[in-house]
Amino acid sequence: MPGSPAVVVDGLVKSYGGRAVVDGLSLAAEPGRVTAVLGPNGAGKTTTVECCEGLRSPDAGTVRVLGLDPVAEARELRPRVGVMLQDGGLPTGVRAGEMLAHVARMYAAPRDLGELAERLGLGSFARTTVRRLSGGQRQRLALAAAVVGRPDVVFLDEPSAGMDPQSRRAVWELVRELRADGVAVVLTTHLMDEAQDLADHVVVVDHGAVIAQGSVPELVATGDDTSVRLTTARPLDAGDLADLGRSVGAAVSEASAGTYLVAGGVTPATVAAVTAWLAGRDVLLTGLTVGRRTLEDVFLDLTGRHLR
Amino acid sequence: MTATPRPAPAVHAGAAPARRRVLAQTAFETRAILRNGEQLLVTIVVPVMVLVGLTRATFVSIDTGGATRIDFLAPGVLALAVMTSSFTSQAIASAFDRRNGVLRLLSTTPLGRGGLLAGKVLGVLTVGAVQVVVISAVALALGWQPDPAGILPAVLALVLGTAAFTSLALLVAGTMRAEAVLALANLVLLVLALAGGVVFPPEQLPGPLRHVALLLPSGALGEAMRGALLHGQVPAWSVVVLLGWTAALGWGAGRLFRWH
Repeated sequence: MPGSPAVVVDGLVKSYGGRAVVDGLSLAAEPGRVTAVLGPNGAGKTTTVECCEGLRSPDAGTVRVLGLDPVAEARELRPRVGVMLQDGGLPTGVRAGEMLAHVARMYAAPRDLGELAERLGLGSFARTTVRRLSGGQRQRLALAAAVVGRPDVVFLDEPSAGMDPQSRRAVWELVRELRADGVAVVLTTHLMDEAQDLADHVVVVDHGAVIAQGSVPELVATGDDTSVRLTTARPLDAGDLADLGRSVGAAVSEASAGTYLVAGGVTPATVAAVTAWLAGRDVLLTGLTVGRRTLEDVFLDLTGRHLR
Repeated sequence: MTATPRPAPAVHAGAAPARRRVLAQTAFETRAILRNGEQLLVTIVVPVMVLVGLTRATFVSIDTGGATRIDFLAPGVLALAVMTSSFTSQAIASAFDRRNGVLRLLSTTPLGRGGLLAGKVLGVLTVGAVQVVVISAVALALGWQPDPAGILPAVLALVLGTAAFTSLALLVAGTMRAEAVLALANLVLLVLALAGGVVFPPEQLPGPLRHVALLLPSGALGEAMRGALLHGQVPAWSVVVLLGWTAALGWGAGRLFRWH
């Protein structure tokens, strides 16, 4: 069924002990696309994905994967869905290669194990027991187990957690290849660069509900979507920022410690005004970029900057 | 960035046949136990040591009711061995697999929850068969002469005992923290081995224990094995007790098992 979404979540509610972890969440994921579910810890990402995997039953709302109910029609669905759990799900006492071969035996026509092992660099630790693997090695093995059955849909719960940069590259490459093969990829992440670089569609989730969604360009676009980001040799206080804002005619805020953001309608004159104001105060400019907002800016605007 | 998505293949090759999936899981579970040093110690080495030790240590007086020491001890040691594999070893393995997400991951593959359970049960029975072969061989070498009429009933009693103790293992593994299961499973085995009527018949236990042990799955299994292999007959009450425990524990495990 080309064109119809592979995963549809509609009004999903899931509570634990009376507290709604997922509260009326709706999203859709298309075949041949990477859908990133982005949100802070505890936002309800994992619970949502577990409902799609048939590991939890929704309290309310509907979940359909490839048109099937993940709990009631699990038997038909399981061969076509690949799952990578956040905590791995790998037995610690067996060798990595044996674990992958074991999962492969559950499918009629699994992927070639040698090719998959090479793609993800599993060869060097195939004979090592899972207990002795590094975090990144475990993640790569778990990803291999998720895709070995040639799934039409894969759910990857924080696939890059604990990975070194090399592992991450290999994983991202495999995810792009799955997308090119028409697989619907749903991944949860709280890593902005992962969502920004990998996802065709980003669903921002907080407090159990979707607060924004779209492609990355759509999400970062605003009416005035250019800004000036600057860093200075000495910190600016709130009074400085208000004064700077008045002299350049734009809103100025502190994006993070020592980094300031001038937002809205940036023109060549804005940049000149910023540098002139700094020169007038004898503050050395140590960095300045003009550009669009990043996904992280959008995310922090949406979910707040306070720690939780 | 947006590559034109190729449509997914219309027909997925699907799952491997159910029999192949369950057999793969059985082999996986069996290998995991037989290759693990601690599991091997508790399921094979300890029962063999109990058998050889008690048979040879003639300075320990045992009331065998007129039977030879080995004829008296071997049935109870077989019962004890099955308890180690179906309860202690299975409870610990399942508890850690549950904590590590292994049960959840495998249940999302075509194996499913049903196939996972079937693989576990068959794995336990396979390990049990290995135990029976090894322990019987040692017992025969020590001069054991089981009643031939009781061999088939004894095998059936062991299967029933396996069902009861595997149910208990899954009940414990599915409801408690892995570390707690590790401690409890070993403690329960020790208590039942000493005071549960397994190796020594309930009537030889002190005070009220003799009545309690008769109603425990350990006492019922021990008495069923001794009845079969010493006298060629399994006492009916022991079968009733084992069936009752299997039903109750199986129901409890089915109701209370938590996957997360």
